[in-house]
Amino acid sequence: MKLKWAILGALFTLTAVLTGCEPLTVLDPKGPQAQTQADVIWISIAIMAFIVITVFVMLVYILIKYRGSKQADSYEPPHIEGNKIVESIVVGIPIIIVAVLSIISVQSTYDVEAKPEGYGDKEPLVVYASSSDWKWHFSYPEQDIETVNYLYVPTDRPLEFKLYSYGPITSFWIPQLGGQKYAMSDMITTLHLAADVPGEFMGRNSNFSGEGFAENTFNVTAMPQQEFDDWVKEVKQTAKPLTEEKFDELLEPGHLGQLTFTGTHLGFMPPPKGHHEGHGAGGEDHSEHSSHESESSEHSEHDNNNNEHNHESDEAASHNE
Amino acid sequence: MEFFERFAIPHPSPAIYASMVAIALTTIAVVVGLTYFKKWGYLWREWLTTVDHKKIGIMYMISALLMLFRGGADALMMRAQTAVPENTLLDAQHYNEIFTTHGVVMIIFMAMAFIIALMNFVIPLQIGARDVAFPRLNALSFWLYFMGAMLLNISFVIGGSPSSGWTSYFPLAGNELSPSVGTNYYMLALQISGLGTLITGINFIVTILKMRAPGMTLMKMPMFTWAGLITNVIIVFAFPVLTVALAMGTMDRLFATNFFTTTDGGMDMLWANLFWVWGHPEVYILILPAFGIYSEIIPTFARRNLYGYTTMVVSMVVISLLSFVVWVHHFFTMGQGALVNSIFSITTMAIAVPTGIKIFNWLFTMWKGKIQFTVPMLYSLGFIPIFTIGGVTGVMLGMASADYQYHNTMFLVAHFHLVIIPGVVFAMIAGLTYWWPKMFGFMLNERIGKWGFWFIAGGTVLAFFPMFISGLDGQARRMYTYSEGTGFGIWNMLSFVGAIGLAIGFALLVYNIYYSTRYASRDIGDDPWNARSLEWATHNPVPEYNFAITPQVNSSEAFWDAKKRGHKLFKAGYKDIHMPNNSGIPFIMSVFFFIFGFAFIFSMWITVIVSLIAILACMTYRSFEKDDGYHITAEELKKAESELRGAK
Repeated sequence: MKLKWAILGALFTLTAVLTGCEPLTVLDPKGPQAQTQADVIWISIAIMAFIVITVFVMLVYILIKYRGSKQADSYEPPHIEGNKIVESIVVGIPIIIVAVLSIISVQSTYDVEAKPEGYGDKEPLVVYASSSDWKWHFSYPEQDIETVNYLYVPTDRPLEFKLYSYGPITSFWIPQLGGQKYAMSDMITTLHLAADVPGEFMGRNSNFSGEGFAENTFNVTAMPQQEFDDWVKEVKQTAKPLTEEKFDELLEPGHLGQLTFTGTHLGFMPPPKGHHEGHGAGGEDHSEHSSHESESSEHSEHDNNNNEHNHESDEAASHNE
Repeated sequence: MEFFERFAIPHPSPAIYASMVAIALTTIAVVVGLTYFKKWGYLWREWLTTVDHKKIGIMYMISALLMLFRGGADALMMRAQTAVPENTLLDAQHYNEIFTTHGVVMIIFMAMAFIIALMNFVIPLQIGARDVAFPRLNALSFWLYFMGAMLLNISFVIGGSPSSGWTSYFPLAGNELSPSVGTNYYMLALQISGLGTLITGINFIVTILKMRAPGMTLMKMPMFTWAGLITNVIIVFAFPVLTVALAMGTMDRLFATNFFTTTDGGMDMLWANLFWVWGHPEVYILILPAFGIYSEIIPTFARRNLYGYTTMVVSMVVISLLSFVVWVHHFFTMGQGALVNSIFSITTMAIAVPTGIKIFNWLFTMWKGKIQFTVPMLYSLGFIPIFTIGGVTGVMLGMASADYQYHNTMFLVAHFHLVIIPGVVFAMIAGLTYWWPKMFGFMLNERIGKWGFWFIAGGTVLAFFPMFISGLDGQARRMYTYSEGTGFGIWNMLSFVGAIGLAIGFALLVYNIYYSTRYASRDIGDDPWNARSLEWATHNPVPEYNFAITPQVNSSEAFWDAKKRGHKLFKAGYKDIHMPNNSGIPFIMSVFFFIFGFAFIFSMWITVIVSLIAILACMTYRSFEKDDGYHITAEELKKAESELRGAK
């Protein structure tokens, strides 16, 4: 009996902590996707608590009522085969619960896999987030800048992350903005997020990737569009251009602090061609080269000097080996 | 010298050198001990060459317990390292090796061995058979498993342990990112023991389908046998996938193929898919026998028949089918899109329905019962609430959108430990305690057993509940350390305390075995638990021929009916019994497999070829060997039986 109370106690503590003054990261959403997920989590916790309590109550009741020490010595328990009605209930209720959960799950999965709603006709900010052992590179093709291990994003605008990896499978995760997705070296995956409030958030690779995995984190700062634009301008004025040699250096296994560059590596080392889930399929090579300083370049669908880039990427690949 | 350099440890530490010394000393002690007590002949005749399912079961059990302590030591080190922020007890590389071997050892070499141990010992008795269908193959299964386990266990002193997680995802596990031989060990050790498991699967399907006592139709089989049948069907369908994946992985690493590489048309996700196409059914391979054990123990100590026999069987069949169509939920986050995730989300949650039925049927089994709180029953009762929590969190993980937040976090770790520990570990200890008198003719001490239970149950709760919270707070799994600012410290410290509780519980289990071996009464009769199924209709411990007279079965609780309703189990008189001869071939062949695997790991091709030829020679020898077994005559049987009766 002690165990049951211990577990019940633990459950209440759990609930108390979950709802307590300091909210847990995942349950403290700062964007619509994370909000959807937190809602799903809360609904499922509620339904699951109902099931758990039902089982606990039944168990405790049965154990108290039918414990051997209470029964007469002569008591011989009856032989009971199944009962159609009881078994139908036992099958039926879980089926209903699972059906309800399925609807919630499917709906919310489609929601978080799509561009977040509620931002009018604002185009998403596209950021190429690539991992190498054990850091993250963030390329902003639209702004033509690149950062390492930190991410600035505007609030109230959809964010579209294009994920890939220069090494093992990693998982790009900013819990307060939304769930994670894998970054792999042979294809691009797309993750839709958005931040509603300014603030600093924890981001990390959550998929084990070897020795430096634990420290494979990055900082995320969300700020109003105006501040974001100012930051971009400042970067353009102060940061050095990202050269191919420099980028190769950055790819070497190890840890780095936060770095900022103008230009991106997308030009000389384009992301993998393969795409998961059609969105944004087709090469989105960026035409601007690292040393260019043009502001506000729309990222173009096609590139007139594609051949040159491919040539360069081959070189880079062989250099890497 | 150059030849020997390959055997060096890439990341040596004092702990590893200490282990080397300990291993060397233990080996010397064992060899000296066996020689001094002149036990080599006994060991060879009674154990190494045995084909008796009961002895093989006991050997599986001892190995599983050894592996439990190996994996448990890993777990303790992990919890100790993460107990406080920025701890420096272990460095990243060692931590990675430890959590990798913890997973591999616990799943493949502990849990699998434990379920196969109990299936081996119990199923032939439950169906009234003399042995399994292919006794020699059964010995081969065990020795292959054992050699695979030994192979993985020497990795940390020779050449280095695998360190890319028990899932061994490529490209991390590829040559470029894991250059040490560790992953070769993983591939070959799992391959060799997996072969043994596959053979077990075939063996038990044939045994259960063909060797049941007269009168035992399928729907009159005891529930553990049913669980065993379904489990072995899953094994036969799932393990070939692992075999293929491991073969491809081995070729990638040693022969420069590109199945899972990220260049030249390889696909890293293919490994993840193949791994989990085996890996998810594997979870049910572990849990179904546990369900079977609880279905034996709960009726015994509730003193009532199992509620809803038919739905119990149907639900296991449904689980086994569903287990093959849910593997994608292990990587919802791979980016396969909402449609695929939705489908696998629904199939995953659907498993909750048959599992729920089982939980409720166990509860209804106790309804109007007369519940006795013995040690096996305590584990069964502790299983229900803890497993329910583990199970419902599984449903939460099955919701794809939310899984994007749980994936790769401690929440997931909490979930699967709270399913596997009450599911498998509790069941194994319960089964061990329950069938112990059947194996050895005396009972384990109830008092020590109960203390052990409370430590293990409490330790489990304390070790894994905090992980739900730290997971939701954003702690990723497999991190060797974390900073103080994250606030994970308190939860990890609680987990560490829980882990110590578990360690004490397991230590009590071992002490109980020692204590009971020395002091327990040998005068317990043949039915100490007042049990219900057929295995209790023979003597304790079981004679080598199992049943002197083949029993006649009328229901799933034949022994109970014999006791309470005047059913006559043994109608015929004594007849000659045909028994299989012992054979050294399975052991010798497995030793060659060990050499083969070891040489393969280090690319020593001449040794590989020689050992391969030796393996084939063993098989050829077996093909031409004429061995008709031997007979126990009715006379001998009569004498043996009257002695066994007299002993009571």
